[in-house]
Amino acid sequence: MAETLTTRLLILGGGPGGYVAAIRAGQLGIETVLVEGDRLGGTCLIRGCIPSKALIHVASKFEGMAEAAHGAADGISLKSAPSLDLAKTVAWKEGVVDKLNGGVAALLKRAKTRVIAGWGTFSDAKTCHVETKDGPVTIKAETVILAAGSVATALPHIPFGGDVISSTEALSLDRLPKRLAVIGAGYIGLELGSAFRKFGCEVTVVEALDRILPLYDAPLTKPVKAWLEKAGVTLHLSSKAVAWADGELVVDQGGEILRIPADKLLVTVGRRPNTEGWGLETMGLDMAGPFVKVNERMQTAMSGVYAIGDLVGEPMLEHKAAAQAHVAVEVIAGQNRSFDPATIAAVCFTEPEIVSAGLLPKEAEAAGHDPVSAVFPFQANGRALSMEAGDNGGFVRVVARKSDHRVVGLQAVGAHVSELSGEFAMSIEMGARLEDLAGTIHVHPTLTEAVHEAALRALGHAIHI
Amino acid sequence: MGRFVFKLPDLGEGTAEAEIVAWHVKVGDVVAEDAPLVDMLTDKATVEMTSPVAGKLVEVNGAAGDMAAVGSAIAVFEVEGAGNAAAAPAAAAPPPPAAHAPVPDVSETAEPAAPPPPPPTMAPPAPKAPAREPPAARAFPARAEGEKPLASPAVRRRAEDLGIKLGHVAGTGPAGRITHEDLDGFIASGGRAAAPGSSGLARRTAVEEVKVIGMRRAIARQMQESKRRIPHFAYVEEIDMTELEALRVHLNATKRADQPKLTLLPFLMRALVRVLPDYPQINARFDDEAGVVHRHAGVHVGIATQTANGLIVPVVRHAESLDVWAAAAEVARVAEIARSGKGSKEELSGSTITITSLGPLGGVVTTPVINHPEVAIIGPNKIVDRPVVRDGQIAVRKMMNLSSSFDHRVVDGYDAAEFIQRVKAMLEHPATLFMD
Repeated sequence: MAETLTTRLLILGGGPGGYVAAIRAGQLGIETVLVEGDRLGGTCLIRGCIPSKALIHVASKFEGMAEAAHGAADGISLKSAPSLDLAKTVAWKEGVVDKLNGGVAALLKRAKTRVIAGWGTFSDAKTCHVETKDGPVTIKAETVILAAGSVATALPHIPFGGDVISSTEALSLDRLPKRLAVIGAGYIGLELGSAFRKFGCEVTVVEALDRILPLYDAPLTKPVKAWLEKAGVTLHLSSKAVAWADGELVVDQGGEILRIPADKLLVTVGRRPNTEGWGLETMGLDMAGPFVKVNERMQTAMSGVYAIGDLVGEPMLEHKAAAQAHVAVEVIAGQNRSFDPATIAAVCFTEPEIVSAGLLPKEAEAAGHDPVSAVFPFQANGRALSMEAGDNGGFVRVVARKSDHRVVGLQAVGAHVSELSGEFAMSIEMGARLEDLAGTIHVHPTLTEAVHEAALRALGHAIHI
Repeated sequence: MGRFVFKLPDLGEGTAEAEIVAWHVKVGDVVAEDAPLVDMLTDKATVEMTSPVAGKLVEVNGAAGDMAAVGSAIAVFEVEGAGNAAAAPAAAAPPPPAAHAPVPDVSETAEPAAPPPPPPTMAPPAPKAPAREPPAARAFPARAEGEKPLASPAVRRRAEDLGIKLGHVAGTGPAGRITHEDLDGFIASGGRAAAPGSSGLARRTAVEEVKVIGMRRAIARQMQESKRRIPHFAYVEEIDMTELEALRVHLNATKRADQPKLTLLPFLMRALVRVLPDYPQINARFDDEAGVVHRHAGVHVGIATQTANGLIVPVVRHAESLDVWAAAAEVARVAEIARSGKGSKEELSGSTITITSLGPLGGVVTTPVINHPEVAIIGPNKIVDRPVVRDGQIAVRKMMNLSSSFDHRVVDGYDAAEFIQRVKAMLEHPATLFMD
């Protein structure tokens, strides 16, 4: 039975951009319909951040037990090596995902959002047709928020399918591949590659650039590179994946051809905005490269149509999409809002973790800040040592302007440093100076003491170094 | 150490109370004898009270705008020696005539005051702290061109809610951070603290509360009284000033060095004093409470004068006894007195008719407000070259409108019109100003 709905606000996509927008709209009393073709939660919850972190957690646990089987330095020993039932691991991970998916559904229900399950296709900027299991539904909306997210980029000469998988499939394998080849040494490739290495797979990473994690500078990536080497991950930099044939990845290494046999080939060469298959071309929007063009109020070229998240540009991060969702909905509600953050911190769950907020020293220099930067190593941090995380080369780094000591960047690499991201982002958003960080009493014994010490060091009087 | 209570002395003219305009000192100040203490406003004159003693000011009673009764303690000093000299307050000013009933018996000031001063009769006892300069007015580290303003997320959100672009707001916090106080200052300044070089337009949302006190209060009261009591009617006539202007220019060109420069005013005054004897109901003061019109033989011309404190109307007395040179000199003198705020009661009251001239700002028409209890006010407008028809030809003449308002209770429209026509005839034929 065909149904036609009219609504004040239609949101396309139930990921962290779309569902946050729907909840905020509910709070503001805006009648909202949300269309999602898959499960609520989007890439992040269903097949991205959360499942990968679950897998990484299990992998680290497994690695610790495997070490204990050889008699670890901390005194734990196991009589035999641990074994892994990946299908069970994946099932447990699915449980986590289900819990979050259900949580989103409950939140949307409480916000009185009408969720329509099915693939939405626009026929014009304000009209969306959805094929639901109960029949077609047509939605006519006064305002629209596009939150269609992004999809994994495929290599044209090595398309997905069979043993060539994207991160989505890698998170749902039913058994471990003996040999895993990874194309791309960005954060997704290295996070997953490292996790599979911890599970005991033979992992080879192929990267076209001459370095890993191109978003970060060499000091930050050095401990990660050191771990990859120590853990036995084979890394081929400045190498181009040419073809996949007969269970072998063909790699061009500056003219020299290399063949890497593998059971699975994980392609992580980036993500692209999801702009196809839902009628974007009928809406009359302007584009900015591959992205939908928006202004700082998240408005597209079409009046009443907003776009947020991965669809509108880098960085493609959950927390950016959610922040833009707030802006878009509040603008729709008539408030004066703009998306203008001082920083969008980013985290990389490699071994060890990397976190960065604001500017790297080189970026600060390029921006004309005349920066001073100071580093405090976790080697000198009691908490890091007490959890066997002091000798991986990790550190905290603060970047500030020489002129007024304003903190313009904060980075760290080390175990669990992702949890420092809040203090980093807060310091930059609040416009903290080195003296503010130095004057804040940081709890002992925690990793955050390294932030305090880095600021003291930048001021010329660190205590523990 | 003793205490010295300063009581408001009699300020003459039968005033029972006066308004505090401004304190020159604050509690805690060490004040020298005869140093300026406080400005008090009576009727229309501002009187500067000086300190009768040298000492430390420990208490003041009443803030700017408050009324203080004659004889009330307005300041208490801590002085060397025995302090509160019994006769001191009385000695500071002569006792008022006994006939002034509302004035408290000053003999009480002669009594030795007990060590604790009398409780203040007015609130608040302390002078208001000087208004704090808005933070935005302070120097701030300038942002480089195009640099993003530094502000916490809460400040940014508030600015967005207020529709203020932070790029226009000066930051006084560490590293030039814009604080909530900076935003307050920006709003209070009406958005004036814009960063140099910025051209964006911001909303001005500030509302400043200005207490109507002192001179302004006196003006407000006077205007209210006038408009409330007097049924005004306005009359405007067009006057050809060509010949009078030619005469005026000639006289100014040939005048002696010791003679004042002639404006239109002395000629207009001359015309008034020539015509008014035939219209005694216009040169008058109407005591409407008593129901009596006082028709004056002498013409005392009020000269509406803009001063830093607002409108004041000093008076040229007996204009009928002054020739144009003397009238010009007297207008200049009383206007200067009004501007300096040093006018005597004699110089600031008693007018029988008022002239209000805005000179080059004169405009086309005004509807002046009668200076109660007078019954007429004359407002010459701007003189401009205008084409007019003369003997069937278009001629360019120096034309001026003469606006006027009358109290319709005691001046009939017919009489007023005739009166203005007579003034017009005089001004258009300047020789008649000087002929008997």
